[in-house]
Amino acid sequence: MNRLFYGLIPICRKEALHIVRDPGTLFFALVIPMLQLFLFGFAVDTNIRQISTVVFDESHTQQSRELLQRFTASDVFDLRGTVQSPAELNEAIRSGKARVGVRIPFDYARHILDGTTASVLVLVDGSDSTVAAQAVSTATGVAMQQSLAQVIPTGNLPIDVRPSVLYNPATRSANFFVPGLVGILLQVMVILLIALSLVRERERGTLEQLTMTPVAPLGLMVGKMIPYGVLAFLELCAILFVMRVVFQVPIHGNVLVLLAMSIPFLLTVLGIGLLISTRARTQAEAFQLAMGTVLPSVFLSGYIFLVENMPVVFQAISRIIPTTYYIRILRGIILRGAGLGDLWLDGLVLTVMGCGAILLAARQFVRQRSA
Amino acid sequence: MTAAITADGLTIRFGTFTAVNNVTFSVDKGEIFGFLGPNGSGKTTIIKALCGLLRPTSGSGTILGMDILKDAAEIKRSVGYMSQKFGLYEDLTVDENIAFYAGVYGIKGHTAVERKREVLNLTGIEPYLQRRAGQLSGGWKQRLALACAIIHSPQVVFLDEPTAGIDPVARRALWDLLFRLSGQGVTFFVTTHYMDEAERCGRVGYIYLSNLVALGTVAELQHLPAANPEHTARIQIKTANPSALLDSVRRIPSVREATIFGHSIHALVESDQLDALRTQLPHASIVPIDPSLEDVFVTLTYRIMESHP
Repeated sequence: MNRLFYGLIPICRKEALHIVRDPGTLFFALVIPMLQLFLFGFAVDTNIRQISTVVFDESHTQQSRELLQRFTASDVFDLRGTVQSPAELNEAIRSGKARVGVRIPFDYARHILDGTTASVLVLVDGSDSTVAAQAVSTATGVAMQQSLAQVIPTGNLPIDVRPSVLYNPATRSANFFVPGLVGILLQVMVILLIALSLVRERERGTLEQLTMTPVAPLGLMVGKMIPYGVLAFLELCAILFVMRVVFQVPIHGNVLVLLAMSIPFLLTVLGIGLLISTRARTQAEAFQLAMGTVLPSVFLSGYIFLVENMPVVFQAISRIIPTTYYIRILRGIILRGAGLGDLWLDGLVLTVMGCGAILLAARQFVRQRSA
Repeated sequence: MTAAITADGLTIRFGTFTAVNNVTFSVDKGEIFGFLGPNGSGKTTIIKALCGLLRPTSGSGTILGMDILKDAAEIKRSVGYMSQKFGLYEDLTVDENIAFYAGVYGIKGHTAVERKREVLNLTGIEPYLQRRAGQLSGGWKQRLALACAIIHSPQVVFLDEPTAGIDPVARRALWDLLFRLSGQGVTFFVTTHYMDEAERCGRVGYIYLSNLVALGTVAELQHLPAANPEHTARIQIKTANPSALLDSVRRIPSVREATIFGHSIHALVESDQLDALRTQLPHASIVPIDPSLEDVFVTLTYRIMESHP
């Protein structure tokens, strides 16, 4: 054991000195993730409201105004103006002035009064699929309500659905996105810092010197991981604090369990950083490789898109991305109040991944030092 | 006297490329052994193999009696290594660098304090203890690197081009240090590009295209038959303007090699044509000389290039 990790303590101590000495490292580790948390935390809001809408109302009747009133009341549509021809309606959407165009034909009121089916045209700009989907579903709902009001003047509906959203009753986006963001921010910071630290040693020739000393590969790797791990852990605590206080995201589960289950994730991203550093010859190369891990973990980890909806191939890929498991842990504990009993498997997977990455990095390192 | 370093038929191949071809030599305890050769000739590869970082394809070697194939871990504890890049942490102070390397070699407590005092006395770097290594001049960086490389009292020290880019005063100071340590029984294996440095070494090896082509004391190398082909003489031609004369000297058929050396020309000529040469160059004084180490290596290199076109 002692031989396997030979040199761990001096390496660890020296690495801590590097961190304390270099304002750049501290800034990158502590300030940048916090700035990003504020930036993305405030910017991301998937609840769609106030979609810009123009109207071409040929009917100009009490009935058409009633319908438009319902559109506005939904809070999803923002009536920005009226146009006087179908061409103008199309032009407003094409030019981006409006995302939705509503055309009420001249015979609308007559059909309503006759009891025959009146048609209303709703044009939706599909370039943003989320906005389009929201617009279509709300427009359909508005029409449905108006129709029901027409058919059943008493207002007593046969079925009354009362949805109750658990854990995030206000369906605030921040509650969903900020916990995931914690994982992404930690990952970027940790991978980059540790990869650069080892590659820097290679560039400056100190790594060559170390290989001539009795320091064991695992002593070097783990010795480097500890100070960066501690740094990342402190930043995690700070991020969670800001998440709770500034973004008002309630933590339903046990914070200590969350912190404990973050350790396997940190282990994994540290290991990935080390693996990258055995591949990269220069700091620029290490930077590029580290950044290459960001997009897959943003898009395939379930952070933004539901894993269950992905094609099978991508579901498989998402299963080898550590962030997938950590985001499950974060959301589970923070949003649903899940505990160790529900999430132990995710923790175990991360632990295995982490140890695997570290051992692989150590093996790569031994192979390379002789070349 | 027992050998501190031996290499026996050491051969290292990377795929089809032979980096070190059948190299055999031995270095005595307390000796300063100079290892010369152009970049990429295999010098660093040999050091790596001797330190157990690289498994030779064939052949064997020992350091202080330990087998480089079996005792790599023990060898690392007993040898020091200093490279051209020095391997210092520039954002750490002199003190912290020394403490780090002491820690890495597992030196603790009382021994650590004592060893630190010894390397400080030896290198004289004490006044700079609190200075960051990055703020030291090249010469002081080099001394700090040496202090770190010998903190664990190694009996064998490998110096890989230790004086590249260092001013002459610092170079001489380093050599003075090496001689003091070798007087205490430390063996040095020094690679270098500088001929004058090689001439300070007790014995010199010259490696070219992965082969050890010459090995011996400076005097032995100077009288090597390969460097002094039969029926030739090495001469110094003193003249007022040697650079103007060089081309015409090279055109004389009996002159095999000629090069400027300070205010004179050094040439390798057919020995029976010496008198004819004197009449051809009436205004120059011609005296026979011993070849310099550079002359020896140039001649050897030409011979190899001729035999491997």
